[in-house]
Amino acid sequence: MPVNSIFGVFAKSPIKPIQMHIDKAAACSELLVSFFHASAKPDWVEAEKIRKEISTLEKQADELKRELRLTLPRGLFMPIDRSDLIELVNRQDKIANTTKDIAGRIYGRQLQIPNEIFTDFMTYVERCVDAVKQARKAINELDELLETGFKGREVDIVTEMIGELESIEDDTDTLQIRLRRHLLSVEEHYNPVDVMFLYQILEWVGQLADHSELIGTQLELILARS
Amino acid sequence: MDILAVHGETLVIFAAVVGFLMAWGIGANDVANAMGTSVGSKALTIKQAIIIAMIFEFAGAYLAGGEVTSTIRKGIIDATYYVDQPELLVFGMTAALLAAGTWLIIASYYGWPVSTTHSIVGAIVGFSAVGVGMDSVTWSKVVGIIGSWVITPLISGIIAYFIFMSSQKLIFNTKDPIDNAKRYVPIYMFLAGFVMSLVTIIKGLKHVGLHFETSNAFILAIVTGVIVAIIGKVFINRIKIDPKADKKMHFANVEKIFAVLMIVTACAMAFAHGSNDVANAIGPLAAVVSIVGHNGEIVPKSELAWWILPLGGVGIILGLAIFGKRVMATIGTGITHLTPSRGFAAELAAASTVVIASGTGLPISTTQTLVGAVLGVGMARGIAALNLGVVRNIVISWVVTLPVGAGLSIVFFYGLKNMFS
Repeated sequence: MPVNSIFGVFAKSPIKPIQMHIDKAAACSELLVSFFHASAKPDWVEAEKIRKEISTLEKQADELKRELRLTLPRGLFMPIDRSDLIELVNRQDKIANTTKDIAGRIYGRQLQIPNEIFTDFMTYVERCVDAVKQARKAINELDELLETGFKGREVDIVTEMIGELESIEDDTDTLQIRLRRHLLSVEEHYNPVDVMFLYQILEWVGQLADHSELIGTQLELILARS
Repeated sequence: MDILAVHGETLVIFAAVVGFLMAWGIGANDVANAMGTSVGSKALTIKQAIIIAMIFEFAGAYLAGGEVTSTIRKGIIDATYYVDQPELLVFGMTAALLAAGTWLIIASYYGWPVSTTHSIVGAIVGFSAVGVGMDSVTWSKVVGIIGSWVITPLISGIIAYFIFMSSQKLIFNTKDPIDNAKRYVPIYMFLAGFVMSLVTIIKGLKHVGLHFETSNAFILAIVTGVIVAIIGKVFINRIKIDPKADKKMHFANVEKIFAVLMIVTACAMAFAHGSNDVANAIGPLAAVVSIVGHNGEIVPKSELAWWILPLGGVGIILGLAIFGKRVMATIGTGITHLTPSRGFAAELAAASTVVIASGTGLPISTTQTLVGAVLGVGMARGIAALNLGVVRNIVISWVVTLPVGAGLSIVFFYGLKNMFS
């Protein structure tokens, strides 16, 4: 006998899946550090293993994204606008996708980061991953935001986190400019096609931070609609 | 006249059985709605919820159920039309009970959340309008009842909105939410105890034969509220605050404190539900008993027979005990992200609205006030996701209930009439 109860009114919360999704995307990007270390050795067997892990995580993130979209039918009444949520998860998904592209490109061409810039390059990668982690930290406040009805002190805390995220993104820009200059000064010693791709990799890694910042602005937008 | 003299006893027993079954159905059905929020937010286990519901549903039915019963018994239809043929009223009320009960069973089978109040009111209006005449229905009263079905969810929603907002302002949005929760949660408990006991004392107890002056009633209600708050405070102080829990989720411990409050509001909700909905089962029965007892005379002012309220109360708790567990099990896990701080706001608002409305004698729909309250909390951005499609279906099932209840009761009415005459 089905129950006649009104509790069908409560729909599945989208907040948990959003948080799980950013966790996957962040785990994905964190693997880049060990991936670049492996490729610099060069230990392509190890690098391939990590690339596969990245690819698996990216697939799981896609799966979560799809599931989340399915739990957001029209006619849901939420404290967050539906299209804002979908936009948020799209931006989160770009992090996983970009990570997968970077690893795929490096592995596919067996591309080596030039020794002269390697240390700086790793600092740059780590800083970009920091941006992703900071975005994850902010997204993980969503359930607290819900608890406080998207108002008051909790909003201030999250706004502060987003400010921190922006300053990390600024750092990565500075690092990127420096790296480009550095690469310019040594590029004639390397295969021109590889160098072209190296510039592209610099850009893609930077995009991790850019996408993280965009997650932050999306979150700000969600808060501003209160 | 002869019909009542000959078959009076049979008719009363029949009505009592049907009324009891109806009460049983109400207990089996509505327990999910009355207690679901507490189970869904993990403040209570299913077993605890059933026990609380049994105690407080009965108390509500017995102590505060009289006023609504009177309305159902004599407010909806104009008794003067039945003076010459009181047996028609007896048949009609029995038919109404049968109709509402049948509809309840059908709806339960398909899982539609119908309102017991709607079905009984629809059924009473149905047999009277068709079986006796359009004029025999006190339409002004009916319009008032139907109007209350719009107004009460609205009121409940507004109250829930403000209760929720106040808990945000006083507790969640502060530097030290745990301390503030300890400070303010007992005040909510006081409110719950105060409202429940005030309405019970002023409106309910006279049907049990107790009378209080208004000033005394206030004092007594305040005392009850304070006692409830003190008991709550004792339990709150026994909660173990776990600093590790707050690392994962800042408000884990605050929600623990709200879970204690939730138990209080669950009691209030069960009480309110008992006070309002028992009348749906025993109101018509009371009418039958009164007519037969006065040998066919329809007396406007008669006391409820002593055994009627307890019969309804026992019916409700038996329905609860036998069916409730299964019903609860299906919802206990289904509600995601419903925290005690939300559930309490919805429950307290719904319970207060129901009890106040019961005090005025209006038979309102408990389910409706709860839906209104949940939407109110949603409006305050307190709930992660509400399914408005489901709300629409619920509203449709409410609207459909009226004509269906009326139709069924007309059929049963003519059936009974032919059987006994």
